[in-house]
Amino acid sequence: MIEIMLTLALTLYGIAIAISVIRTIIGPSLPDRIVALDMIGVMLVSCIAIISVSYGTKAFLEVILILAILAFISTIAFSKYIERGTIIDSRRDD
Amino acid sequence: MIKHRYRINNVILRTVAKLVSLIILTLAVYLFLAGHHSPGGGFVGGLVLASALVLLLIVFDIETVRKGIPVDFKKVAAFGALLSVGTGFGALIFGENFLSQAFDYFNLPFFGKTELTTVMIFEAGVALVVVGVVVTIILSISEDE
Repeated sequence: MIEIMLTLALTLYGIAIAISVIRTIIGPSLPDRIVALDMIGVMLVSCIAIISVSYGTKAFLEVILILAILAFISTIAFSKYIERGTIIDSRRDD
Repeated sequence: MIKHRYRINNVILRTVAKLVSLIILTLAVYLFLAGHHSPGGGFVGGLVLASALVLLLIVFDIETVRKGIPVDFKKVAAFGALLSVGTGFGALIFGENFLSQAFDYFNLPFFGKTELTTVMIFEAGVALVVVGVVVTIILSISEDE
């Protein structure tokens, strides 16, 4: 029973990631693509958690942490690129 | 100098980034220490530590980070490479092969029975190389004319 549930969840997450990839490719504006990339990151974290439950191992928990951190930093970098035009400022301007 | 018509207020981002960088540094230390018998090690620990520095560079700016961490990251990378290669040549002094490593168990007062190994010094060198190279590349890319 639990295996069927995990497989179904993985399948649905795969479909959702495919839809997000389509939005990333055809997204009309830059914020659409950024939100879709952030969604892909969150769903990949969920997929790794489900795979970790399915295999019954704790070896993937560091992967979850690192992937969540990288998704967070990349979303911040893209957002700052939209708002300021630069990613890393050379000096403080406020 | 183009004046912005409105000032961008990012106090929330800066407050969150101070907390999150502490969490990322903790994860980097954990990954560095866990690398002997489980996933992790010097390379991954160095990459996570470099990602914390990149987060600080994005949220603040180069001048503030240079003032807070006054080290030259090229020298950090060079020192890490020296440390890693030095552990390799240190084995030659004892008549072993190049990069031979030794370990033993010690009774430390707080941790109990602990395995101490010379691979730790090698991994520290690898972590320093990774941090220095990644931060140098990021700074070189981001600097405009």
